[in-house]
Amino acid sequence: MTLSQRRVPAGPASASPAAALDSPSQDRRYQDQRYHLEQGFLPGNGLILGTGGANSLAALEEAIVASETTLVTVALRRVDAAGPGLLPMLDRLAVRVLPNTAGCYTAGDAVKTARMAREAFETDLIKLEVIGDERTLLPDGVELLRAAETLVADGFRVLPYTSDDPILARRLADAGCAAVMPAGSPIGSGLGISNPHHIELIVQSVDVPVVLDAGIGTASDAARAMELGCDAVLIASAITRADDPAAMAAAMRHAVTAGRLARSAGRIPRRFHALASTPDDGIAQW
Amino acid sequence: MSRVTVVGGGIIGLAVAAELLDRGADVTVLDPAPDGTGGAWHVAAGMLAPGGESAFEYPHLTRLLEASHGLWPEFAASLGDIGYDTAGTLSVALTADDVASAAREWRHQKLTPLSGSRVRELEPGISPRVRAGAFAADEHQADPRRVVAVLRDRLGGRIVPRRVADLSEVDADVVVVAAGAGTAALTGLPIRAVKGQVLRLRGEPGLLRHVIDGAADGRHVYLVPRADGEVVVGATQEEITDSRNTAGGVHDLLRAALDLVPGLAEHELTEVTVGHRPGTPDNGPILGLLDDPARRVVVAAGHFRNGILLAPITARLIADLVLTGSADPIIDGFAPGRFR
Repeated sequence: MTLSQRRVPAGPASASPAAALDSPSQDRRYQDQRYHLEQGFLPGNGLILGTGGANSLAALEEAIVASETTLVTVALRRVDAAGPGLLPMLDRLAVRVLPNTAGCYTAGDAVKTARMAREAFETDLIKLEVIGDERTLLPDGVELLRAAETLVADGFRVLPYTSDDPILARRLADAGCAAVMPAGSPIGSGLGISNPHHIELIVQSVDVPVVLDAGIGTASDAARAMELGCDAVLIASAITRADDPAAMAAAMRHAVTAGRLARSAGRIPRRFHALASTPDDGIAQW
Repeated sequence: MSRVTVVGGGIIGLAVAAELLDRGADVTVLDPAPDGTGGAWHVAAGMLAPGGESAFEYPHLTRLLEASHGLWPEFAASLGDIGYDTAGTLSVALTADDVASAAREWRHQKLTPLSGSRVRELEPGISPRVRAGAFAADEHQADPRRVVAVLRDRLGGRIVPRRVADLSEVDADVVVVAAGAGTAALTGLPIRAVKGQVLRLRGEPGLLRHVIDGAADGRHVYLVPRADGEVVVGATQEEITDSRNTAGGVHDLLRAALDLVPGLAEHELTEVTVGHRPGTPDNGPILGLLDDPARRVVVAAGHFRNGILLAPITARLIADLVLTGSADPIIDGFAPGRFR
């Protein structure tokens, strides 16, 4: 899929902040950026939805529609791949499924779950989760890397949920992962991005897409992730557990667009002292 | 007199049939196992909690839950002793994170938060680790097994052991489909089975006075104490259709239960069960006429987590619809056609 195909926002152009992206100069800027979606698995609007935590299928459907995403994650262990409910709905909405290995604590378990997911969902994409403990739900880096190596050798396109450790992220990218997905903060915590500097370091140190996964609480967190240079964000609880999931999904969509635009627009430097926006050059002196 | 056949003898089918019988209809209930225990009602705890179940539901569903809640005293009185208990529900939260989540729902339900000490004054069995709670006086309970036993008794020989594979087999002026998750196969409506694991403990009566609706380290559990010392512990909610009790499911329920009420550790574990809630896309039941040119087919199914609470209003609305052709406008949000 080409960049121009992905870039076009859905809906009436005038109503969307993303409409600004249609100008040729913006388009060039995008190509100048390390904005490489040519691998074709990330949604063009930079927003991936997690399906856990929704109150009802209808509420989830409204959120997916409002988010305008084309990719959602589904936990193999928590859905009946052959059953009614979630998967027929995703099919109807024409969104792709990114299966995940949620609930796995060892490399062996995650590899087995990934292989089952490939059979069940007929995709070689896998969001690899190998959890270190149930209190933090943070990744176990050692098991994660081992599982990633096995799955890459097995022909998967692996998207590992990792910590915000730049060295581990680089090791995962070097192992052949298709993207890296660092946690902003623990899953479901809504604490936002606790170490923005590390997220920036990861963006600079790997040459695969960076997807901020976990920890986003509200729209400004999503915008921040994109300003830091992430290619996409993955959001579940912040949307599905909001009072109004569809409204929050729309907020996140706008935030991702805003953050990405701000990143490419070139922000002003931070200064210690003020600099008047109206210069006083040429003003008559007396 | 119109001949009405109700397909499905769970709590909804029986409540509808009993109401129709009371109002003079010639009613028959078809169920493959008239004495069976396969229905969701058999594992259901019987919490009658319109607020607790509706914090973030659609407003029209909240209205239906509240309206049915208002019918319960009369419904319970008409059934006799079915364990209807109005002591109220105590919502409790174990950790600071649990308090943060629960406080949002308490605000939504307009409940006043209580300190841990105040919670233990109301319910001494609650763990000293519990940080906060709130009391919902309007959230009651009934024993669904006793409700079903009374309704079965009342309908007697009108319940006929028969499995219906296709509605064309049914000879009646009006057919009411109340087959829970089985309604999908009979009508094509989007009703799915949502698995729930439920435990029953038994010990000395009096450990708990109220229904406990609690959060413990992110695990949600409810504890429903019956007068005879039984405590229902529920429930997992899984988008899976199998009927297996899993180690993880049972562990999560027991861990949360014992974290909140340590005294339950001495209780006997008497039942480990699985049931399937009939879920719909918007969590609301499907109530109304099917678009069937051949004859009148009325659906009363898909009550998801609220089958016990919604039994009285479902019985009333469906009987109205069957006998008079129309029902209170509150039914309008639940028409079968809304999922097209």
